[in-house]
Amino acid sequence: MIHKVITKNEFKKFVDGLIEENQTFGPKQVDKRADGSGIYQFKEVNSYDDMDLDYTVTYSSVKNFFLPFREELSSFDFSDKGWDQTVEYRVNPRVIIGVRPCDINALNILDKILIGGAYPSPYYMARRTNTFLVGMDHEPLDDCFCESLGHDTVHRGFNLFCTDIGDKYYLTISSSKAFGFLKNVKVADPVNGDSVKFHERRKYLRDSFKTKVEVAGLPSVLDIEFKSPVWKKWGDKCLNCGTCAMVCPTCYCYGIEETIDVNLKSSRKERVQYSCNLVDFAEVAGGHNFRPLKEDRLKYRFYHHYRGFAQNADDPICVGCNRCGRACLARINPKDVISDLQMED
Amino acid sequence: MKYLGIDPQKVRVGVFDFTGCEGCELQLANKEDSLLDFLSLLEVVNFREVSSDRGDDYDVALIEGNISRADEIDRLKDIRAKAKVLVAIGSCACFGGVNQQKNRFELDDVVKEVYGDHKVETDKVKRIADVVKVDLEIPGCPVSKEEVERIVVNVVLGAEIKIPKYPVCVECKQKVNTCVVDLGQICLGPVTRAGCDAVCPSGKVGCLGCRGPAEDANFESLKQILMDKGHSDSAIVERLRFYGAFNGTVG
Ligand code: SF4
Ligand code: SF4
Ligand code: SF4
Ligand code: SF4
Ligand code: SF4
Repeated sequence: MIHKVITKNEFKKFVDGLIEENQTFGPKQVDKRADGSGIYQFKEVNSYDDMDLDYTVTYSSVKNFFLPFREELSSFDFSDKGWDQTVEYRVNPRVIIGVRPCDINALNILDKILIGGAYPSPYYMARRTNTFLVGMDHEPLDDCFCESLGHDTVHRGFNLFCTDIGDKYYLTISSSKAFGFLKNVKVADPVNGDSVKFHERRKYLRDSFKTKVEVAGLPSVLDIEFKSPVWKKWGDKCLNCGTCAMVCPTCYCYGIEETIDVNLKSSRKERVQYSCNLVDFAEVAGGHNFRPLKEDRLKYRFYHHYRGFAQNADDPICVGCNRCGRACLARINPKDVISDLQMED
Repeated sequence: MKYLGIDPQKVRVGVFDFTGCEGCELQLANKEDSLLDFLSLLEVVNFREVSSDRGDDYDVALIEGNISRADEIDRLKDIRAKAKVLVAIGSCACFGGVNQQKNRFELDDVVKEVYGDHKVETDKVKRIADVVKVDLEIPGCPVSKEEVERIVVNVVLGAEIKIPKYPVCVECKQKVNTCVVDLGQICLGPVTRAGCDAVCPSGKVGCLGCRGPAEDANFESLKQILMDKGHSDSAIVERLRFYGAFNGTVG
């Protein structure tokens, strides 16, 4: 890991250079809520000024750049005798700018599951390796709780990370590609004053978290509260709409759809993002549903996130971005559900 | 047309319209780039929009529209008796559709409002399933041609027919749309069956529920959410009544 500093003017040049050479995505305000607050998403951008880099947090995570909501795994052609299968996972190199620490940590968790598991996904790997990630710190929103889970800072999984130290960015460079790109602009070695500001900024951000979620001992709380009435209380509110899982940076469940084209000469196999909150997630052949109740479905989403599954070494997969809580129309959010459980005895 | 070297069984269909706008029938004849392939999976024995044949020997009857006159009842029963499989297509056939809104008023007043002093024969609107047994419902106002194509392909090949059980929000989120509820609108997406690719919210218009209820939909919760956001009970109920698909929940 190498540290450098860059003035904000020079950084702008650097970003415009990246954008000129690559397909680039960055945060953009797409709408305003009824209360006036901005709604941001990662969108394709054409210049530095096209982005809203002082954004708070995007409504949806960057997950879908790596795990698209719908992705073709293979296509089949049987117009002649026999059949041909085509598998294609080539992606063009691309750049994403302004990704938050919790989101990069989320990608590191997905790496463990989708690359480190028994069956690494070539589709995910192709997207991950061909994406140049520029991370950026930010002042937490009132409801962000990534600090409670230790995901407010990030040490790997990006190419370049920018910490705002006033008129300059303190750069953490963690790939040779990033080092190479930076050769085209003016960067300097940090002087003592820069490093002091860097540590002050880190401390300031860490102290800015207003929402704390007590996660120590949470796995055993969850085991003990498996039959708690708390699940029904929140389950009764749940719309089973899957919104929480769609916007979440780590939910990775999917279904497989096979479609035969209407000409009967070709077909496709697609991976489609799914959610354990959806009514038929645990429905099996013959129609039996292992989780017929809203509260059960909601409960399992919390179990996966805070207690962990064997698939991800029993580690929690939540990074504390509170996207689920913000997007849930029923106001179901990790902080309130967890504190309800902890109040049970 | 062969599939993996085997000639698939064509479906002998009749398409019949009752009280409706014929928009769903038009959908069946839409999507020109795949229309010939689509029609070659079918043996159309009766379909006014694509052919002048008027056969009676269909296996599958596709029914569009709802029932709002006495003579329609007899005609529908006759079709049911001849068809092995009867499919209700579109929101009018499945739920009564837009026309069932008149059921909440006095019939005489409705006729007077629309036709003045002109005499018309019209009754309270019934769904197809209120009159005969329905084997499959394909909802939507209008039906989605993609969905109909998928279903027909699966019927021809003997594969399972799947219509999403989860709500529109899933597709809406997958399109990375802004949630129109956040913009101050009423949206029935959280309780409505997906399958339309969330067209209405994608155009910044709240879902009107044309595809009917999703499975295990949580009406109470959605109502509470919308009331907390300042929408009136009557505005929510009016929305739920639009296509008649939620009449069981709003009375
Ligand atoms: S928790 Fe909220 S966002 Fe998630 S499925 Fe339930 S209602 Fe939808
Ligand atoms: S929480 Fe549910 S949707 Fe998310 S990854 Fe786990 S099982 Fe899948
Ligand atoms: S569960 Fe919620 S808070 Fe945790 S990572 Fe997912 S969206 Fe963020
Ligand atoms: S706009 Fe409607 S369908 Fe889309 S997420 Fe919001 S409530 Fe669901
Ligand atoms: S969004 Fe709602 S009203 Fe619009 S087509 Fe889909 S189901 Fe029908």
